[in-house]
Amino acid sequence: MAAPEKPGVGRRRFLKSVGVAGAASAVAPLATIAEAQSPATPPGQPMPMPGMNAPAAPAYRFFNDIEAKFIEAALDTLIPKDAVGPGAVEVGVATFLDNQLAGAFGQGARMYLEGPFLEGAPTQGYQLPLTPAELYRVAIADVNGYCAKTYKKRFDQLGAAERKTVLEGVEGGKIKLDSVPGGTFFAMLYGNVMEGYFGDPMYGGNRNKAVWKMIGFPGAIGMYAEVIAEYRGKPYPVEPQGIED
Amino acid sequence: MATKLPPVDIILVGFGWTGGILAKELATTGLKILALERGGPRDTYPDFAAPGMHDELRYAQRHELMVDVSRDTLTFRNNPKQTALPMRQLGSFLPGTGVGGAGVHWNGVTWRWLPWDHEPLKRTVERYGKNAIPEGMQIQDWGVTYDELEPYYEKFEYVCGVSGKAGNLKGEKVAGGNVFEGARKRDYPNPPLIQTQAGMMFEKAAKEMGYHPFPHPASNASKPYVNPDGSAFGACHYCGFCERFGCEAQAKASPHMTVIPLALKHENVQLRTNARVLRVTMDSTGKRATGVTYLDARGQEFEQPADLILLTAYQLNNVHLMLLSGIGKPYDPASGQGVVGRNYSYQAGGGCTAFFDESVHMNQFMGAGALATGIGDFDGDSFDHGRQGFIGGGTISTSSSGARPIGYHPVPPGTPRWGSAWKQAVAKHYNHTLNVGSSGSNMSYRDNYLDLDPTYKDPFGRPLMRMTFDFKENEIKQTAFMAEQCAKIAQSMNPIAINKTARAAPYSIVPYQSTHNIGGAVMGTDPRTSAVNRYLQVWDVPNVFVVGASAFPQNASKNPTGPVGAMAYWTAEAIREKYLKSPGPLVSA
Repeated sequence: MAAPEKPGVGRRRFLKSVGVAGAASAVAPLATIAEAQSPATPPGQPMPMPGMNAPAAPAYRFFNDIEAKFIEAALDTLIPKDAVGPGAVEVGVATFLDNQLAGAFGQGARMYLEGPFLEGAPTQGYQLPLTPAELYRVAIADVNGYCAKTYKKRFDQLGAAERKTVLEGVEGGKIKLDSVPGGTFFAMLYGNVMEGYFGDPMYGGNRNKAVWKMIGFPGAIGMYAEVIAEYRGKPYPVEPQGIED
Repeated sequence: MATKLPPVDIILVGFGWTGGILAKELATTGLKILALERGGPRDTYPDFAAPGMHDELRYAQRHELMVDVSRDTLTFRNNPKQTALPMRQLGSFLPGTGVGGAGVHWNGVTWRWLPWDHEPLKRTVERYGKNAIPEGMQIQDWGVTYDELEPYYEKFEYVCGVSGKAGNLKGEKVAGGNVFEGARKRDYPNPPLIQTQAGMMFEKAAKEMGYHPFPHPASNASKPYVNPDGSAFGACHYCGFCERFGCEAQAKASPHMTVIPLALKHENVQLRTNARVLRVTMDSTGKRATGVTYLDARGQEFEQPADLILLTAYQLNNVHLMLLSGIGKPYDPASGQGVVGRNYSYQAGGGCTAFFDESVHMNQFMGAGALATGIGDFDGDSFDHGRQGFIGGGTISTSSSGARPIGYHPVPPGTPRWGSAWKQAVAKHYNHTLNVGSSGSNMSYRDNYLDLDPTYKDPFGRPLMRMTFDFKENEIKQTAFMAEQCAKIAQSMNPIAINKTARAAPYSIVPYQSTHNIGGAVMGTDPRTSAVNRYLQVWDVPNVFVVGASAFPQNASKNPTGPVGAMAYWTAEAIREKYLKSPGPLVSA
């Protein structure tokens, strides 16, 4: 029942054009962007080499090694570790994102992905022919491509201030990505990061309920009929509980 | 090829509140009743059991209890000049699916709409004159008044075990209740829920400003309750997982634990789940429905003949099925002719978030779906909205329906969207913040409507429905006015910061706003401007009734489930006492 592709761009054609359907052409050269240039690579750290037996990051099911570096760097920029509370990386948000993108959400379950695909107005919402997993893949390559052109480095090789500038540019649309609207990618990334950071630990983020402890959310098990009046206006300091507790 | 099944007497399409009520009320006739539900069967146990139900990601973010957009969606545009594009993921509204429908995942706010809300045209002309109605606005009266509907409101409130406090008992105003409500014969069946810190702060501020605060009517039982039908409710746990979730405590009224099991006790009532009705079949005259065509879980097509068809699906699906089946004349905004798809409306809102210092502990994670303290001083015609330059109004309230942290981590204005400063603000304000919000009415307009999309189709080969909708000047003025009142109330609580929002045009289908989609098969007294008569019977096809919020000619400020339930009882009685005795039009055109 595929709708006619005209006047929009068909999903298959779009995927081909951004390199999702075939080989991930945009990613391979990036791996070779002078990993050696990166002072951040500690000696002895295995270096991914295309075509070789590169040891993939074993914790990830969806992200390849370069994508994982990007995500970890982005998370560290969005929610860094500091005196106030945990950073997104240490509470496992990268694992959360990886699980989500490897699963039904990433595959576009419960999305309508029939063409034709037109850009539309912002009020009409998401109109790309890409599943979330495909959008991440394409956009990460795009951002790395931009960084390679601008800084001669990948995103994860930039310093904190440059990463912030790049993410702000992607979020606000100042930086034009090659194949997808950066704001659309950023909005999805941001929403998913919030899910991982604040969500139940059983999904891989918010490890040890560290974020719930930080804000004072008592967790998922609450039955408050007996305490709602007693603690009205008072602190309610309890050890938060997750679904698995 | 469709397999033809033996006929039944009555088919219900969709098995939520309206389908459940009609099935239960018609069961005693002994007629063969068949409910067809596109989703699956569900029950409190095991489907809504805690702690699994308290999963914000699965239910609030991934919408486990809602429609699957890959199968059920529509196209959207702001105005007829645009090309409508598909809603590719859920956002602005969250229709339910499965047994119990959206009645499973609602918050439980159970209003009676004001007398004004039932006849806004008549009363506007009386008070402000014809010229007060702006060009393009096409509000109209229900054809059923509040007084006529009063007993049916009461019936639904007692079925739902509503917790609340009357404000107008037989014309006597009662302090502490909503003194602006229409006269009621009985108080609510249960006392109000326990008030929160936010509610008390709101109440104090509102009283000091001369307003009339009251607890919102909540179908979250404040104590164990057995309704007049014998359905047993547990007391609310105040767990804070209500809207978008099922209730493990049987404390939130839902069709799956009230009317539906009572209907299914009768041998003559049958339910088929995972049965997707594709269309209503019509005879050659186009004036009589002969049954429905549906797919089962395996995708096999069946033709189910019946004498009487009751469309009891979600508002959008009721209208979609009418358009797909050729029931009633489709509305054309250019000529103003036709009725199906006419007068689609939504909900306008605004308000503010108020931030307090760390000595004020809100504990908003302790809450119930409909737990709120509000005022009706700016609702409907309770104030002189004519002087403000708009028609309609809003309820203003602070609500304590939970503080699930993915969705709720407010920060004051000027905070960056991310980074260390953002995190610091989140940690600092999470438990020291409240919201004062307005839920505003939305009048109907000539070019806000529903029809079939010319391009996009669903996986069953049917054209998607197309929504053309935007907020108009009337609603923009109204939400700005309401946001101003919200801010004044919040300001009087001496917060350290305030974040004001008012809904503005263009309407966007992206951020969640409200699952109060209204109209498209509206009721009335004139077949030229309404699709159904005052008994929700299709003017052109008298053996089809279309029940639900699809019938409301414009939206009031208040959640529609109360009048949806009341109208379902009203319709059931008309079918039982009038239609079945003499099948045919209940009102002559």
